[in-house]
Amino acid sequence: MLRVEDVSLSFGGATVLNRVSFDVAPHEIFAIIGPNGAGKTSMLNCISAFYRPQQGRILFEGHDLVKTSTHQIARLGIARTFQNIALYTGLTTLENLMAARHIHIKESALASALYWGPAQREEIQHRRVVEEIMDFLEIAHIRKAVVGALPYGLRKRVELGRALALEPKLLLLDEPMAGMNIEEKEDMARFILDVHERRGVTIILIEHDMGLVMDISHRVLVLDFGSKIAEGSPDEVRNNPAVIRAYLGQT
Amino acid sequence: MAVLRPAGDFDRSYAQDMLLLRQPWQRWAMALIVLGVALIPLSGNAYLITTVNRIMYSIVAVQGLNVLTGMTGQISLGQAAFMLVGGYIVALTAQHWGMPIFVTLPLAAVGTGVVGLIFGLPSLRVKGFYLAMATLAAQFIIPWLSRHIYPEYLGGSSGRIAVPSPVIFGVTFNQVAQVFYISLTVLVITTILLVNIRRTKLGRSFIAVRDNDLAAEVLGVNPFGVKLRAFFVAAMLAGLAGGLKAISQRSVGTELAYGLNESILLLGMLVIGGLGHNLGPFLGVATIIFLEDLANLTGATMASLFPAHATNLLTSFRPLFFGLVLMLFLIFEPRGLAHRWEILKATWRMRPFSR
Repeated sequence: MLRVEDVSLSFGGATVLNRVSFDVAPHEIFAIIGPNGAGKTSMLNCISAFYRPQQGRILFEGHDLVKTSTHQIARLGIARTFQNIALYTGLTTLENLMAARHIHIKESALASALYWGPAQREEIQHRRVVEEIMDFLEIAHIRKAVVGALPYGLRKRVELGRALALEPKLLLLDEPMAGMNIEEKEDMARFILDVHERRGVTIILIEHDMGLVMDISHRVLVLDFGSKIAEGSPDEVRNNPAVIRAYLGQT
Repeated sequence: MAVLRPAGDFDRSYAQDMLLLRQPWQRWAMALIVLGVALIPLSGNAYLITTVNRIMYSIVAVQGLNVLTGMTGQISLGQAAFMLVGGYIVALTAQHWGMPIFVTLPLAAVGTGVVGLIFGLPSLRVKGFYLAMATLAAQFIIPWLSRHIYPEYLGGSSGRIAVPSPVIFGVTFNQVAQVFYISLTVLVITTILLVNIRRTKLGRSFIAVRDNDLAAEVLGVNPFGVKLRAFFVAAMLAGLAGGLKAISQRSVGTELAYGLNESILLLGMLVIGGLGHNLGPFLGVATIIFLEDLANLTGATMASLFPAHATNLLTSFRPLFFGLVLMLFLIFEPRGLAHRWEILKATWRMRPFSR
């Protein structure tokens, strides 16, 4: 489904990614782990066309994402969340999710400005989709609350909801559980598994909590200083000497 | 948190939940307000009629600024120059081609919109303060052009041309009390359109670009396209406002307050009213225009008390009051009067538990 081929990225001489290659199969939960500064988020930013790697290709269902403009990525079926929540703080939960329906709403600006029959019907039709997502993520009670005022855990969940509102085929989650307590982490893990199961979404996940990563992901990619040092099932990765060296150091 | 409603007030459908005026009394109140304003010209009070008319077309201009600055977060210092473009379009199309107002006003809107697009192009590359500088270019170029090109059409060094009074169904609208109704009609239409834009796709993408343009881009919004749309809508509304101003004053040109001062005044009105809120333009414009009149009154009173400094006193209170009020608002109520209004509504809903 997603094929990353030989991707290298550098900023002004500093190499961030060094010839990284991997494949993600459909309906997989694929985790990217690694110490701080290993290039995990940069990898995600390459996939969502924020960064343009100097070398290599990223193929998503035949499209080269390196040559796709950023705002076209969503139309291909890729959605993401951000490490530092990037919601539209001035909008309500409902509006945040509706804003993510942007690519699905066909009504012209003029028709919407008049809010005549078809425009209103379309709004309601998308409202149904969004309400279902809010229901699923248990954020329906805050639908009319401005997200800037919501607590951290809920905002993380709203952001996941916004990504889901795009109805993506591939979901990129950048540390969805950072800064959460155990209970919140378990909730989030449950949502991620549910999304994967019920909606059949392929997920690429960055996470620091090893226990959680090993529990929920099918395959794991380990980066260290921009290079791939291991890839495989959680068990393989756990026992890989290179990974142990990167994480624990060696005496 | 969420909007609190009295017990027993439920919605049975999404359509009902999405209504703007939920209760019958709200619809009646809205109709009464419009009717009340429509009755003002019958009072015969020249001051009131002129002032309310001025408030109405200024609101249209500030509504445009609200789309661009309030919703999309692009600071513009060229709104008055765009009003000038609209005024000229209305004047010239009526003068030379004898077009009726049903054509000239929409033409002013679209024509000014296109000019706005041109000056919106820098928003591809620059943001914030630097974009403000780029829009400042419009504020200098447009008035300069109006004085230096085609003097036989644009008035040249005299800085103004006459605007023919519109004729609607055989009635010549040459009194402010008549033009008043044109302004009111335009204001009602723009308000309805803007409220609908705010709650649909375009409005959400405006705010998405304002709040987080990077996230918006990843989520499928083309920020540049959205910014250009905002510039277009803002300039369209400026064009309408300029057309109304030209018809009200029966002349148009750089002599008649279309300068940088006016642009800053419009921006100040928006800040005081509340950026990004549909009510902002209404509250801000009304406050500032009445404040200006108060300043002029104060100036006249002071001048009669101290005749030696009369000329200075007459003109000094207007900028003084505006500056002071803007400063106080930025310090104590940066979200404007509209925010205060929201708090007031919430307080009323939660009575007697609110203080």
